[in-house]
Parts: sequence; structure tokens; C-alpha cells
Amino acid sequence: MSWVLIAEQSLNGLQFGLMLFLLAAGLTLVFGIMDMINLAHGSLYMLGAFIAASLVQVTGSFAAGVLLAVPATALLGMILEVSILRTLYARDHLSQVLATFALILILNEAVRLVWGSDAALAMPQALSGPVELVPGLMYPAYRLLIIAVGLAVAVFLFLLINKTRIGMLVRAGASNREMALAMGVNIQALFTLVFGVGAALCAVAGALLGPLLAVQVGMGENILILAFVVIVIGGIGSMRGALLGALLVGIVDTIGRAFLPIAFGAFLPPQFASAAGPAIASVAIYLLMALILFFRPQGLFPARG
Amino acid sequence: MRTLLVAAALSLGAAAGPGVQAADKVKIGFVSTLSGPSAALGIDIRDAFQLAVKMNGGKLGGLPAEVLVGDDQFKPEVGRQLAEKYVKLDKVDFLTGFVFSNIMLASVPVAFENKTIYVSPNAAPSPLAGKQCNPYFFVASWPNDAYHEAAGQHATNKGYKSVYLIAPNYQAGKDSLAGFKRFYKGSIANEVYTQLGQLDYSAELAQARAAKPDALYIFLPGGMGINFIKQFVAAGLSKDIQLITPGFSSDQDIIRPVGDALLGTIDTAHWALDLDNATNRKFVAAFEKEYQRLPSLFAAQGYDTALLIDAAVRGAKGKVENVETVRKALRDAKFESSHGPFKLNRNQYPIQNYYLRVVARDSQGRLVNKTLGTIFKDHGDAYVQDCPMK
Repeated sequence: MSWVLIAEQSLNGLQFGLMLFLLAAGLTLVFGIMDMINLAHGSLYMLGAFIAASLVQVTGSFAAGVLLAVPATALLGMILEVSILRTLYARDHLSQVLATFALILILNEAVRLVWGSDAALAMPQALSGPVELVPGLMYPAYRLLIIAVGLAVAVFLFLLINKTRIGMLVRAGASNREMALAMGVNIQALFTLVFGVGAALCAVAGALLGPLLAVQVGMGENILILAFVVIVIGGIGSMRGALLGALLVGIVDTIGRAFLPIAFGAFLPPQFASAAGPAIASVAIYLLMALILFFRPQGLFPARG
Repeated sequence: MRTLLVAAALSLGAAAGPGVQAADKVKIGFVSTLSGPSAALGIDIRDAFQLAVKMNGGKLGGLPAEVLVGDDQFKPEVGRQLAEKYVKLDKVDFLTGFVFSNIMLASVPVAFENKTIYVSPNAAPSPLAGKQCNPYFFVASWPNDAYHEAAGQHATNKGYKSVYLIAPNYQAGKDSLAGFKRFYKGSIANEVYTQLGQLDYSAELAQARAAKPDALYIFLPGGMGINFIKQFVAAGLSKDIQLITPGFSSDQDIIRPVGDALLGTIDTAHWALDLDNATNRKFVAAFEKEYQRLPSLFAAQGYDTALLIDAAVRGAKGKVENVETVRKALRDAKFESSHGPFKLNRNQYPIQNYYLRVVARDSQGRLVNKTLGTIFKDHGDAYVQDCPMK
């Protein structure tokens, strides 16, 4: 097994992990600060991708389309928060799960009505080829862009949460909501803002992954489950936990798909070896989650001290 | 309610009596997937079938043709209901149309039980070619394994030392790679089975790059193949590894969403846009004129299905109500299809040539499949010896 293969697979894991982070970051804030389970978070990811596909077509530029899709999705997210989700904060988790599950179905059908069951979103021509990072290591330029954007957003979020006044309020809200409320924080405006940021991050992930995967109805559901695993591993409400949890899940999943078939291939027929790889990789993610829940029920980096 | 309708229909049928005279029209039930993400194939088949009827002056085999069209919505239960309606209530003379084998297999038993002939414009699964071959099942397309076998033969002809194989981890995926291996004599670099419906192939592509095979053969139907090919090119693998696909993974319906990434892809099929015969020239020109797009191989299959029914009705001298006469006429049908002379094996699956094609630009700069050569001449299938029909 060459270093090139290991390097390439590590980059694949990093790319997947960073995209998971964008989804998990919004989810962990909403869950941590508002104590609200939002299953419709994946629908915002889908909406972001569809809006980006339309805007790229209208503007004729990939960058412009994606950059416009982010505030547009954020706005939609905030409208959703003000109009529907706000009434759910006082309810128990089961009501929230039921209501936001209904939202998934409604938004799926709404998207189907507006756009149809899928939309075309192509990566920019200039990035459609590979780049030679170091001699012998070729990597798709577009996946490098995803890694770069993911890292930039992570740094931006770190600064926003740790160095600004808004970030301080968010941290205060996440660690003790009642106390923050008692200290005079305008929690309602803060919630709407946080929801908008979460939706914006969804749009970034949806628009960037769209050309690589497919922009289609229901694209948010599978990835949402992984995002929940990430925030449970990382610690609910913790941005640092979301980042490390996402990278952990991304790398464990890629390693499973890439290297377990090789390991099993040594002593099993190919159809079993390559089926066992992804199967055990996905079990490994949940096993990791179960172990962390057992030994550290608050996650790796709990937000509440 | 349905039993009542069926009873009413049956008594009506009885009232019409068994008097055998040449029918005044031929009735065809056409059920296919015409909506949803997989609709492009069914629409191509339907359009070409109707085009053939239209070019024939609205007739098949000299009789006015009535084509009832239904959408199975990609759901086996809907397909079965429509088949039941067409066979039992409308009493069609032929049933046809299904694209997907799972929907067809759920629906055709209705036709078989009622001795209605099904002519398949696409799905031709291996079991129905062998032990379970059926007197009422005819294929106007190609046996399931044929494209994969042709691809394997091509890899052998080309002298490839190692080929990397990728397919989804389900029965059709394993069958297709088995078909490839039946005719490939070199070594297999790796045989990878991915999850069905997987959309990101980064890990698999990195493995393929590291294995340095001469060629890569994929069986990834639909959206899986579209994603794989785009990611294959973006990873820069197309420079070092020759991509080989079955014809349906790089035909006109895939060229539309994938575009230039497909340039240079090698594939195998029983038909190509530029196959030089009179029927094909006429078909391609008429299809493009009527629908403002180039026909896919599915369209060619739909066209051939209509031509086969046309030849059978003519052979039966219009006596479409006598199913045994029509069956015999179908088995003996002689006509020029879109891929040359049409001939059926004793299991009623075609014996035909398979061609090597490459995706390239035509004189107008459009991406099309160009024929490079013939891989198999008069090729049947590996299952016919198990078929008890004589």
C-alpha cells in the first residue's frame, strides 16, 4: 500500500468530514442553544442545493450562484424559524420530532413541485480536472475547493463564536439558557440569527456537494443521520466538538470503505470483502458513538460545563 | 368491483363469440415508466414505437393499430394493474413497453396466464432465457448479459492484462460481472461491489488509481453511472485507464447530463446511430425530425419492437385473435431491424451482432457513439440450452 493511496484517502476523509461539519455545526447550535431537535435541517441542505442550481443557471457563474444561494437559504431558514419552529421550543422533544418530520415531507413535495425531482448543477469547467499536489499525487481540483471552503468556514466560525459579542451570547445560551435570559439577552432574536447561520451553512454544503453527488429530492435525509451522530460524538452545542466529531466520522467512514475490503480481501471472496467494508465502516461509526455515550455521556467536548 | 368488471368483460367477450375471422384492427397495450427520474428510457421507447406506427400509416402488419399507453410510475404494483387492465379488459393482442425487469417480472405473468403475447422492448432477464423460457415471451432487444459479454470479449481482443471491475452489490451487479468474466481471459485487478445507490466514489477511485489496471469496466446503471463517470474524469483517471461501459451507460440519454466527460469512453451495444443499413438511416432521420433529439439505443429497441409486431401480424395474415398463428409468425418473423436482419433463437431471444463503439463528436460537433467494429457475429446467449422449448 503506497503513501499516495493513503494520502489520497486521507484527503477524501477530510473532504467528507468537513462537509459533515458544515451540517453538524448548524444542528449542534440549534440543538444546544434552543434545546430543539430539528429533523428538517437536512431539508435546508436540499433547499440550498436546489436554490444554488437555479441561481447558477440564472447568473451563469458558479461562484455567484453559490454565494447568492447562501443568504437566500439563510433567509428561508429564518422565515421558517419565525413562522413555524418558534412555536415548538416550549414543546417536548417528541412533538418537535413529529413536527419537523412533517416539515421534511412537506418541503420534499414543495421542492418537487417547484423544481421537479432533480436539478442540474455542474462544477465549474476550470475545476473539473485533477491537480498534481506533489509529484505522483493527483487529486480532483473540485474536491480541493471543498476542503479549502470547509476549512475557511471552520476558521470563520471559530472566530465568530470565540472572539465576537454574538459568539459570546451564543456560548452563554448554549451553556445555560435560563441564566443568559436572566442577564437580559434577547434570546428570541439570537435564536433567529443562529437558525439563519445554520441554514447558511447547510446551503454551503448543499451547493458544494451538489455537483459531486446529485441535486435531488430527499438528498438531505441520509446525511442528516450522520450529522446527528457527529454532534452526539462531539458534544451537543459545542462547535469544537462538531468539527472533531465530523472529521472523526469522515475519516472512519472512508477508511472503512477503502481499507477494510483490502484487509478482508486477503481471506474472503471479493463480494463478501467489499460488502463487509462499508457495512463494518458504518457500524464502526455507531460503535464509536455508543462507546463515547457510555464513557462520556456529554460527548467529547460538552458545551455545558 | 374489479371482479364485477372482469365478469362483465368476460361475458361481453363470450357474447362476441369465438367466430374466427381476420380482425379489423390490432390492439397493443404499452406499459412503461413514463414519469419520475428514470422516465427518459421509457419515453424514448414509447416515442420510437409510435413513430414506427406513424411511419407505417397508422398500421401494423396491414391492420390499423390501436396503441394504449400507460405509465407504471416505476412501481411494480402499478405496472401489474395496468397489464391486468389491458390484458383482461381491453383484450389487447400484444403487451409491450416495460423498461425495468423488476416491474416487468411482476406484470408479465398476467399476460402469460391469459395467453397474451409479451414483446419486450428492453428487459430480457437470464431466467426467462433458460429454464423458465415462456412461449408467450419474445425479446426485441438483447439478452441481459450480452453487452457485458461483448465488453469482456473486447478486453480479451485488446489484450488487456488487467481489468478493474465495479458493480453494485446486488444480483444484477454480480450477473453482469459474471457475463464480463465469461469472455475475458486476462486477469482481474480487483472486483469491487459498492452499495446500491452510492453517489460518491472517491474511495473506490483512489483504489482503482493505485491498482493501475489497463481498463476499468463498470456496471452502474442510472444516476450511479452518471456520478461515477463525472468523478472518474475529475480525478484524472481517464488519462491512464480506459473506461469501458455497457452501451446503456454512455448512450444518448447519459450523454445529455454528463457531456464532454464521456469523450473517448468505449462501450458495447447491438445498435449504433451510424450503423449503415436502410432501416436505421430511415429511423434515425425520422426520429430526429419528429422529436428534435437523437435517438438512444432504447429508442431503437422500441422501433424494432413495432417492426417485429408488424412482421408477425403480416405473417399471421391479420389473424391476430389466433395466438398460436401469431406465435409461429413471430418465431419466423423476417424483417430488417434497426441493426440489420432480425432473427430469434429457440428461446425467443435475439441472435444478433454486437458492436464496439466510442463516444466522439460527429460532423456537427455533437457527442454521439461511433461504431468502431464488430465484436460478436450472430451471438445468442449462454442460457438457451436450459430452455425446454423447441
